[in-house]
Amino acid sequence: MSIEVANVTKRFGDFAALKEVSLRVNAGELVALLGPSGSGKTTLLRVIAGLEAPDAGSVLFEGEDATTRHVRQRRVGFVFQHYALFRHMTVFENVAFGLRVRPRRVRPTRAEIRSRVSELLRLVQLEGFARRYPSQLSGGQRQRVALARALAVEPKVLLLDEPFGALDAKVRQELRRWLRRLHEEIHVTSVFVTHDQDEALEVADRVVVMNAGCIEQVGTPEDVFQNPASAFVMNFLGTVNVFHRRVDSLTPEIDAVEIQCPDELPAGSRPARIFVRPHNLEINTHATGKPSLRGRVQFINAAGPQVKVEVLTEFGEVLQVETSQERYQALNITKGSEVYVTPKEMRVFFDDGRPNSA
Amino acid sequence: MATIVTDARFADAAPGTAVRHSSVLVRWTLVLIAVAFLGLMLILPLVIVFCGAFEKGWQTTVAALTHPDARAAIRLTALTVVIAVPLNIVFGIAAAWAITKFRLRGKSVLVTLIDLPFSVSPVIAGMVFVLLFGARGLLGPWLGEHDIRIIFAWPGIALATMFVTLPFVARELIPLMQAQGRDDEEAAISLGAGGWQTFFRVTLPSIKWGLAYGTILCTARALGEFGAVSVVSGHIRGETNTLPLHVEILYNEYQFAAAFSVAGLLVSIALLTIIAKSIVEWRMHRSVRRDMDGGPAAQATLDRVGSGR
Repeated sequence: MSIEVANVTKRFGDFAALKEVSLRVNAGELVALLGPSGSGKTTLLRVIAGLEAPDAGSVLFEGEDATTRHVRQRRVGFVFQHYALFRHMTVFENVAFGLRVRPRRVRPTRAEIRSRVSELLRLVQLEGFARRYPSQLSGGQRQRVALARALAVEPKVLLLDEPFGALDAKVRQELRRWLRRLHEEIHVTSVFVTHDQDEALEVADRVVVMNAGCIEQVGTPEDVFQNPASAFVMNFLGTVNVFHRRVDSLTPEIDAVEIQCPDELPAGSRPARIFVRPHNLEINTHATGKPSLRGRVQFINAAGPQVKVEVLTEFGEVLQVETSQERYQALNITKGSEVYVTPKEMRVFFDDGRPNSA
Repeated sequence: MATIVTDARFADAAPGTAVRHSSVLVRWTLVLIAVAFLGLMLILPLVIVFCGAFEKGWQTTVAALTHPDARAAIRLTALTVVIAVPLNIVFGIAAAWAITKFRLRGKSVLVTLIDLPFSVSPVIAGMVFVLLFGARGLLGPWLGEHDIRIIFAWPGIALATMFVTLPFVARELIPLMQAQGRDDEEAAISLGAGGWQTFFRVTLPSIKWGLAYGTILCTARALGEFGAVSVVSGHIRGETNTLPLHVEILYNEYQFAAAFSVAGLLVSIALLTIIAKSIVEWRMHRSVRRDMDGGPAAQATLDRVGSGR
C-alpha cells in the first residue's frame, strides 16, 4: 500500500516538529527516515501511524485520505524503539494480542491463532521461545518479538521507530541484514526511523534525509551519498572535510587551486564551503605538480581496512584522510612526516544557499 | 551478628581501624535510638491497648464487641469502607490515567489538588461538608425539602471519608504510570485493541501491585478516620457512630475496658493491613525483578518500593 504525506505541519507548543513536509512512499518499498535527533523523523512516523494528529496537511493511504482515521483503523504495524512488549504476557500471548482483541465476528479460532503465531515465530526465528517472558529474552530477541507482534495483524504498512537503536553494534549489524531479507520475503510497505546513516544506507531502498522539521533530500542510498543536495546532507552522511573559502561563482569548474589560497578574494566571489570526503583526498610525500595542501601528519590509525591519517595543514586546518593499507605501506609515513594532500573530488555549497552551477 | 563479623574482618584488613570502630559505634547508637523511640512511641501503646482490652477478662472484651452499639459501629465503618474505597479506586485510576497518559493543560494544578486532603486538617474537611450540606448550609434547604439527610447520617460520613482518603490511590499510581510511559498502550491500540481492552489487558496488569498498595493504604485510612467523620456524624449511638467514634464515646464514659476492646479490634485490623501491605510490597519487588531488564519503569518502581514507606 502506498503512503502519501502532503504538507504536514506539526507543532509541540512553540517547537515546530514538522514544517509542511510532503513525501511519497510507494507500495512495497522500504524507506528510511534519516536525521539527527529533533529533526522530526519520529514525529513524521507517528503522524503516518496516527499516533500523532497533524496540525495541517494530510496523510493518504493508497490515495485515500486517512488523516482523521483512528490508529486502530489504519492497519499499521508499529514497532517501538524500546519494544513496548507486554511484560506480563508470554512471547506467544504478545504475538497473539492483535488477534485476540478482535471483535468476536472476525476473531480467528484458537487453533488458527496458534498456527498463525507459530508461523510468525518461525519467521522471526524464535520458535521454541513461545512460553518465555520478555524479561527472559535478549534485546535483539525482544525486538524480533515486537516485529512478529506487529506483523500478526497483517498490517498494510510497517512502521519502525529506531528499531535497532537500543541494541549493541554487533546485534544491530545482524538485525539490519535480517530486516532487509525479511522485507524481501514479505514485501510490506515499510518505513523506519534511524539516526544512523550506515543503517539507512545499508537497509533502505530509498533514504529520506531530514533536518529541523524539513526534508532535505529523498533518494536511493547511492544517490544521496554521491549527490548530496545540500551541505547538511553532505555533512550528515559520513565524515567530511570542510574548507571555508570564497569561490568565484562565474567559474563552474571548481579548481583545486582555490583550496590552496584561503585569503585570496577574487572579484565576484562568494563565501562557500567546499566538502571533500576523506577517501577523496590523495596523500603524497612530495609535491606532485597538482594543486595540493602542505601539512604534517598528526595522527595515524592503521587498525582497519582503511588507514585513517590526520593532517594539520599549513593554514592550521585539520584534514581527515583515508587511504588503503597498500598505499600507506608504500608512502612510509609516520607521525610528523611532511605530506602533500590533493583533493580528487569535491563539492561546493555556497553559504548564501543559492545553488552552485558546478 | 553477621554485620559485626563482616566489620571485624574489614577492621583487620583496613589500616584505618579507629575510623571503622567509630563508624560501628555510630551505627549502633543510631539503631538503639531508633529502636528505643519505636518501642516507646509504637510498641508500648499497642501493648497497652491489648492489655487494657483484656484487663477485665475476655468475657468483658466479647461483651464490648458484641454490644448492639458496637455492632452498629462496625457495620457503619464497613459500609463507609465499601463505599469510599471503590469510588476512590475509580477516581485514582482515572486521575492517574488523565495525568500520565495524555498531554493535558493544567496538569500540575490537578496533581496539587489531589494532594489537598493531605494538607488540610480533617476537621476542616468535615466542616466543609457541614457548610455545604448542613441544615443551614448551601444546599441544606433544598435537601431538607426533598427529605435527604447527608449530615448526621451515613452519606455524610462516607463523603467525609472519601475526601480524606482521596489521594492514596492516585498518589500511588501517578509516578508508576509516569515511569511506564505510553508505549504499551500505543502498541495495544495500534494492534487494534479498544480503550477498555487496552485498560484491562495491558494497563491494569502492569499497575496491579501499585493499585493494591494504594488500596490497602486507602482502606486503612478509611477505617480509622476520626476528625472529619466526627464533625459530620452527630454521634448518634447505634446510628452514626463509626468504630473510632465509638471508642471515643466509651472512653469518655469511663468504660475503659470496653473502649480498649474496640480499640483492640481497630489495631488488629491495622496489623492485618500492615501484613497485607508487606506481602504486596514483596510481590511488587518480585514482579519488578522479573522485568529485570532495568528499564526506567522497573527501576523507578524498585526505587519507590525500596524507599520503604
